[in-house]
Amino acid sequence: MNAEQILFILFGAVSLIGAVAVISFRHPIYSALSLVVTFFAQAGLFLLLGAHFVAAVQVIVYAGAIMVLFLFVIMLLNLGTLSVKGAIGGKLKGFAIILGILLAIEGIYIATNVLNNTAIAAAQPATAAPNTTTYDIGELLFSKYLLPFEVTSLILLAALIGVIVLVKRSSNDSI
Amino acid sequence: MENLPFSVLIISSIVKILFIAHLLIIGVMAMIWAERRVSGWMQDRLGPNRVGFQGILQPIADGIKFLFKEDLIPDHVDKPLYVLAPAMVLIPALVTIAVVPFGSSITVLGHEISLQVADINIGILYILAITSLGVYGVVLGAWASNNKYSLLGGLRSSAQMISYELTLGLAIIGVLMLTSSLHLRAIAEAQGAYPWHWNFLIHFPAFLAFTTAMFAETNRLPFDLAEAEQELVAGYHTEYSSMKFAMFFMAEYMHMIVGSAVTVTLFLGGWHFFGLENIGGPVWSGVISFGIFFAKTAIFLFVFIWVRWTLPRFRYDQLMNFGWKFLLPVTLTSIVVTGTLWIITGSRLVVGIGNAVAGFIVVSIVAGLLVMDAPKPAMQDSDNPLTPTALNAIE
Repeated sequence: MNAEQILFILFGAVSLIGAVAVISFRHPIYSALSLVVTFFAQAGLFLLLGAHFVAAVQVIVYAGAIMVLFLFVIMLLNLGTLSVKGAIGGKLKGFAIILGILLAIEGIYIATNVLNNTAIAAAQPATAAPNTTTYDIGELLFSKYLLPFEVTSLILLAALIGVIVLVKRSSNDSI
Repeated sequence: MENLPFSVLIISSIVKILFIAHLLIIGVMAMIWAERRVSGWMQDRLGPNRVGFQGILQPIADGIKFLFKEDLIPDHVDKPLYVLAPAMVLIPALVTIAVVPFGSSITVLGHEISLQVADINIGILYILAITSLGVYGVVLGAWASNNKYSLLGGLRSSAQMISYELTLGLAIIGVLMLTSSLHLRAIAEAQGAYPWHWNFLIHFPAFLAFTTAMFAETNRLPFDLAEAEQELVAGYHTEYSSMKFAMFFMAEYMHMIVGSAVTVTLFLGGWHFFGLENIGGPVWSGVISFGIFFAKTAIFLFVFIWVRWTLPRFRYDQLMNFGWKFLLPVTLTSIVVTGTLWIITGSRLVVGIGNAVAGFIVVSIVAGLLVMDAPKPAMQDSDNPLTPTALNAIE
């Protein structure tokens, strides 16, 4: 077992523990923090793949911006501890069971494939792609994927404007 | 760097880590002393001058006092997060310094060792990522204290840090475009020996915006609304005492030192100064380059203190207006102007002039719009010296 494998197991374990903690903690602040831990572990996994840029962006965008906003909202609303009964209603229970079964089937499928080594062999060419440096990503974004990139930014802009319009109107009404 | 033998790499890394971490902590002590003496000087009083020569051992006395105070944890706090928060403030401040190149290189026993702990490709992104985490400690400390003043301080702080982080990130883009690298060492090397080649002249508006955002990120005056004494007692660290308070305190100074070091690397030419860094052999040139870097950082730190004891605190709406309506347009314009002029002319001089002119125009336009848009004096407290017009004067 080399250093890379040890680090992979470490990051993978931390990521899984964090993910389980997100849904097991009763208090939303602790859940949000567990999610931050998961994001960090995933950034570590990206680093192991050599995708430095993606790792940094993962921390900047998810851990640094989005989760801070989550915390901000949780603190502002001062959400208390959630009770289990309130969190999972009777109607959602059936839905949850169906989704759980689907997830279990998917897990078993992946596990069997990994044991047969077919999935790993199939995924090998994709993971071996060399274009992971910032320079390569930038070049791809501004040449091959220019249209998707611009469309994505337009969607984000539309969402931004939508939020501002909604907030503006309500504040005018109250005054 | 890559062709070092493994043992040399490990030993040199450990030495560098120990050196820079201790330098940072000693720097914090020196800064606390300097701040108290300089503030005393600016207010025409003495400041601490009893412990040691000119009071230079005062921070040690303070540290001993903090360590021996009772480590009080109030009953009404959320204990795990209350204990975690000071560490989460301190750690981001400490680990950022790892990627800052604090000198050129030293040749010891035939091995060329660069004066930088971790020479990574995504240096700037790493700094931005770690800086964006600094807010967690403040927010968690505020929330875990279970105190209304603390919570208000934490909310203010998180809103402020999120707003100014945008400026912080965008102000660097111009520098990146001209260097075409995220490598901090490459950026420092690309700036050359003479002050008129350094980035702060080429990207003057971005430099000012970056420095301002850096002040905001450290939560210091004139941006210390998170701990405005008159309104919030001590803000997010109201409930903290003894060493836990000291950790918040140390983190603030550490943020200042690291912020200054990053600014020096990005905008003020790193360890370059009129070719002085090349004098004197493979060993001494490294030492001299470190000395130059240290001196530049120290001068910048003095500016931090200077600003703190000169400028009054912003009002909260002014703070937000300033961040979103001044700094953001200035940095965005700077990006467009830098990119366009660099592609067309390829001359740093033209880019520099264009940036300065564009920055001036944007500031005038925004200032004009704000003055026109300002509420009528009847609605505003007319005796308040910090109306939006006065804010423009500060800018």
